[in-house]
Amino acid sequence: MTNDLNKLTLAEARNGLRAKKFTSVELTEACLSAIEGAGALNAFVHHTPEIARAQAAAADARIAKGDAPAMCGLPVGIKDLFCTKGVPSQAASNILKGFKPEYESTITAQMFDQGAVMLGKLNMDEFAMGSSNETSCYGNAVNPWKVDDRQLTPGGSSGGSASAVAADLCLAATGTDTGGSIRQPAAFTGIVGIKPTYGRCSRWGVVAFASSLDQAGPMTKTVRDAAIMLQSMAGHDPKDSTSADLAVPDFEAMLTGDVRGKVIGIPKEYRMDGMPAEIDALWQNGIAMLKDAGAEIRDISLPHTKYALPAYYVIAPAEASSNLARYDGVRYGHRAKLASGDGIVDMYEKTRAEGFGSEVQRRVMVGTYVLSAGFYDAYYNRARRVRALIKRDFDEAFAAGVDGILTPATPSSAFVLGEMQDADPVEMYLNDVFTVTVNLAGLPGISVPAGLDAKGLPMGLQLIGRPWEEGELLNTAYALEKAAGFVAKPAKWW
Amino acid sequence: MSTIDKDTARKVAHLARIRVEEENLPKLAEQLSGILSFMEQLNEVDVEGIEPMTSVTPMRLKRRVDVVTDGNQQEAVLKNAPDAREGFFAVPKVVE
Repeated sequence: MTNDLNKLTLAEARNGLRAKKFTSVELTEACLSAIEGAGALNAFVHHTPEIARAQAAAADARIAKGDAPAMCGLPVGIKDLFCTKGVPSQAASNILKGFKPEYESTITAQMFDQGAVMLGKLNMDEFAMGSSNETSCYGNAVNPWKVDDRQLTPGGSSGGSASAVAADLCLAATGTDTGGSIRQPAAFTGIVGIKPTYGRCSRWGVVAFASSLDQAGPMTKTVRDAAIMLQSMAGHDPKDSTSADLAVPDFEAMLTGDVRGKVIGIPKEYRMDGMPAEIDALWQNGIAMLKDAGAEIRDISLPHTKYALPAYYVIAPAEASSNLARYDGVRYGHRAKLASGDGIVDMYEKTRAEGFGSEVQRRVMVGTYVLSAGFYDAYYNRARRVRALIKRDFDEAFAAGVDGILTPATPSSAFVLGEMQDADPVEMYLNDVFTVTVNLAGLPGISVPAGLDAKGLPMGLQLIGRPWEEGELLNTAYALEKAAGFVAKPAKWW
Repeated sequence: MSTIDKDTARKVAHLARIRVEEENLPKLAEQLSGILSFMEQLNEVDVEGIEPMTSVTPMRLKRRVDVVTDGNQQEAVLKNAPDAREGFFAVPKVVE
């Protein structure tokens, strides 16, 4: 029994712990040995077995006393973007090399208060900028799924989180999503990932990329697990002024699987030119499944969809350029070695040239340009106006009675690592085409594994919900998950 | 509309406080131009009368009483500094 404990879902493990079938220490050891044998995936980049063992023992004591919140004793991985006290938190960047925060992010603090066990920190794209986990200072995270000798990307930016959950190295993981960074890697690895409504989870202690778009969420094996873990991550935080002071409903209790009478919108603008037939077929399947489950399918229009990606690639770099100004070699992280006579500007410029990778440098400079005098109105303000129109498209659909929107999660299944190396940066950005609208409009969105393509790789469908209605969104996702019956797992090669 | 030449790339890099060596400027200029031309699709959109979005959720920012809530953490604040001396962050000479 103890050999396969790492393969359990959060719900199964929670129930098993409460029924005293095994202990959190046993569960944690199973994950730690799975991690030890999975170096080839490069998912965990900082290992914290001592913390994990201490937290597991404490959790077992709580469970024995009958004081066990849902996450108590459940081993998880934490994306490197989250500040964890005394543990390296680098955002996968060399500029934060050696940085050990003196504080704990609100989300991880909440999870640990509830007894969750941290196994370590997970690989990601540098500062969450990327769609393939290839911009990480730790090297690529690798998808446990493969079809031949070539290694595939687990997606990005939460690539390590996706790889670790899909490979059963941990029961679940935290992710963050600025333009699709939870949902795209979830789709590429056959797991579930939800980006909550902007403001549902505190951003305090999560290294900032684009503050008006960033939102953390869970990456899990099932929709039920997503409900359980989101419960522990969500909630108002006075330390984040954009965190919503709203009650958090009991998400798991809302999973009835009953979607009868719900109106599911199918946006025609998401049928992109050149979309692979398999993605379209998956989408049609999803439509049929929700229809069979009793939902009303309605064609809708979100006319500004096409402009979401260019708007995002103005707004996100602009915010990143401001947020990343703090990495100056003074307060934390890397400082370049200076030549004699170098002044403070040399220190800034050399430090940032050495510390930031090329994609981060590029985005900071794009952001600097669109915010600079003379271009602010032409680029940045125009993009913010277009963003208002993108949100209005969704508002109008919801006002017309649409409860949820079904789209593909990604334009393809996982691609080969290195394949996009020489591509134009804009080509990589196209990965976010179906997900980025959701961030711009601040809506909750979830990726649910829904099938395998002809190569045998997982593909995901995305559901988008009304603001603050993650419970209903999770329930629709639950119905879709049940209908799709996706149970495939990657064959172990690592 | 606009393409970025080598001089503009140099200027942007300096504004961003990122050292870019002279031989790398043409490639950077080319990449930035590509990204900007992608953004220029936004010019097709009629944004007349539309306010730039500042907040995605229509909520009032919370206020709190203007009192000190934290402090006296000099050691923790300096702990991760690459160069901290005598309770201060140390940097190269700023004023000539």
